[in-house]
Amino acid sequence: MSSDVSTQERKKLTNKERMKIPRHPMPEQDPLQRAANFLEVPLGYTPEMAMEEAERCLQCKDPKCVAGCPVNVQIPEFIYHVATGNFKLAAQKLKEDNALPAVCGRVCPQEEQCEVVCTIGARVEPVAVGRLERFVADWERSSGTIEIPTLPPPTGKKIAIIGAGPAGLTCAGDLAKLGHSVTIFEALHKAGGVLVYGIPEFRLPKKIVEAEVNYVEKLGVEIKCDFVVGMTRTIDELMTEDGFDAIFIGTGAGLPYFLGVPGENLNGVYSANEFLTRVNLMKGYDFPNNADTPVPMAKRVAVIGGGNTAMDAARTARRLPWTEKAYIIYRRSQVEMPARKEEIHHGEQEGVEFLLLTNPTRFLGKDGWLVGMECQKMELGEPDASGRRRPVPIKGSEFVIDVEAAIVATGNGSNPLINKTTPGLQTNKHGNIIADEGGKTSREGVWAGGDIVIGAATVIKAMGAGKKAAQSIHEYVIAKKT
Amino acid sequence: MFLILEKNDLAAKVYRYVIAAPDVAKKAKAGQFVILRLYEDGERIPITLADWDARQGTITLYVQAVGKTTLMMSMMKAGDAIKDVVGPFGLPSHIEKGKILVALGGGFGIAAIHPIVRAHKLIGNRTTSIIGARNKDLMIMEEEMRAISDEVRIATDDGSYGTKGFVTTILKNMLEEKEPMDVVLAIGPVVMMKAVSDMTKPYGVQTLVSLNPIMMDGTGMCGACRVVVGDKMQFACVDGPEFDAHIVDFELLMARQKMYSPQEKLSMEIFEKICQTQTQRETAAW
Repeated sequence: MSSDVSTQERKKLTNKERMKIPRHPMPEQDPLQRAANFLEVPLGYTPEMAMEEAERCLQCKDPKCVAGCPVNVQIPEFIYHVATGNFKLAAQKLKEDNALPAVCGRVCPQEEQCEVVCTIGARVEPVAVGRLERFVADWERSSGTIEIPTLPPPTGKKIAIIGAGPAGLTCAGDLAKLGHSVTIFEALHKAGGVLVYGIPEFRLPKKIVEAEVNYVEKLGVEIKCDFVVGMTRTIDELMTEDGFDAIFIGTGAGLPYFLGVPGENLNGVYSANEFLTRVNLMKGYDFPNNADTPVPMAKRVAVIGGGNTAMDAARTARRLPWTEKAYIIYRRSQVEMPARKEEIHHGEQEGVEFLLLTNPTRFLGKDGWLVGMECQKMELGEPDASGRRRPVPIKGSEFVIDVEAAIVATGNGSNPLINKTTPGLQTNKHGNIIADEGGKTSREGVWAGGDIVIGAATVIKAMGAGKKAAQSIHEYVIAKKT
Repeated sequence: MFLILEKNDLAAKVYRYVIAAPDVAKKAKAGQFVILRLYEDGERIPITLADWDARQGTITLYVQAVGKTTLMMSMMKAGDAIKDVVGPFGLPSHIEKGKILVALGGGFGIAAIHPIVRAHKLIGNRTTSIIGARNKDLMIMEEEMRAISDEVRIATDDGSYGTKGFVTTILKNMLEEKEPMDVVLAIGPVVMMKAVSDMTKPYGVQTLVSLNPIMMDGTGMCGACRVVVGDKMQFACVDGPEFDAHIVDFELLMARQKMYSPQEKLSMEIFEKICQTQTQRETAAW
């Protein structure tokens, strides 16, 4: 246990007794009610629920959960403070490693990271680490007592971060805490990246993202929105003319992939990026009364894909008042869907219909407008490169589904803007920037991390990359002469 | 916030703005555009850069009030500020030395050809600008175009100024008369750009157009602006907006521009109602 442990002590329970406490369920909005609003689905633990859940943690001497976390949050420690009711200390401990705990507590796939290796998980349900993280972060925000750590004296080094998404915000925060002068350049009019344009309001309220962004600004980071590095200024100009000592590229996976089937350019076929950005970032769910960005107004919407983005799009479409039917069209079966089980479950409850083992072969139109999709049924054959069983079309199984909107959510590639405008920056054939463990690229003084390096992945992985890069950048600039 | 330094009301619901946007002004090149957002909860709209002054840090835009956002913008004055101005976006216009340029601009499309014609002139190319409007009073930027073109030819629908007819009427004549030209540039409504393309194709004259599909982010991340050029899907915001006219699928572009027509109409109706109510209230108060 670390030295700053609270003076209070947890209840004296045996391990057996702790494991007998059932995992506290998360209170949620009623499915039918929430399918018509954009408020958060999980309502959060109360302090009592949180303290009770925190008692389930065995405080293992060799905690596997810490290694399971991509940013190595000191999980047993912060949970201990929750159990003793010292939420302020819990928040401090949490934030030593995690810059965006309110975000992670909501969107991390804990079931694949910290919770899946939880010791008690072998016998009973694992400790609800994610829900506790969310509770602590929310408590701190509502208590209005967010602590800003004392910053070391300025190092005089300037670092430019490209992209105000999870990777950039994390990298910026860590570098600011080390005394460097940090500026984030963001192409959109709002900071947050996928946190504001991609993940819907009902999974991640934008007020929360705003609070997290404000925290990073309070650390002294300057965020310049409406600034497109590659167009407004190139990386070379930032380094040779604007005096930046190092660059971190966190521009994300912002290139939408389309299916390449006939009819894809009909009115009514959208990329998930377009649909989600219109509804989320541009507040299209409030069109036309309180927001000006138009959104598709289709009675029947088909979302093609099986990942979190597809689930987000389907559940968002479900919530728009004019939607009568929202489908997920996925070519494999439910177990192969990459989306979080929790999101699939919530989608089912909200009335999203799943057409599995189904693949669209063409989009059908009338007068330039989408009226339906021709699909084929699939069966699962031998595993492919991803290890999942390959979907094989069943001959003669074609059928038509009537829809007025189709959202293609089959993945994103790397936005090529930085690659095109930064000579000497090596990328792979997919356009991902090649970077080492610490994020160093082929260009001196230039680092990269997050989706732009590893392809479309998770918020927490991007944050982990931002952390590692911050450390690597710090060592580099400190050693630099001028 | 981006301050409007100058605002002029021109004819036919066209407005000219000079806006303080130093970062954009420093980097702007002919053929590029910016994206504006008037206020929080506003929508993002693309507007071509008609001019800029890197030293003063200003950009000049010509905007036609056709929908809610541009109508709201037309009500702004010098001293007001726009929430977001970002850019410059798009690939700069392709300018080659030693070419004879014929540029056609219809209505407020003249603002879009202005910087491109100027760029050609600056590298020593011969430039002929064909500008058109419905009538003499609705013509914009005539003086600016004369300043940067070797020759300006004018067409008005009603014949009140210059040739009676369209800009394409003048071009047709030039092609038939075998007047020398290496590249034709046309910017304006899609029907106009398509007409120019169809006209020059049999003569084999290289023709460039600047496409104006619906856009949202401008950085190539959403695909709303996708167009088909030579059977390839391209994003107008990052692969264009300028393309080889002879291989552009204009029909598809026209169809896709209607993608949000019902919503745009709805938005306008609500806004016009608000304006009416506002005016009624102000009148009643008085």
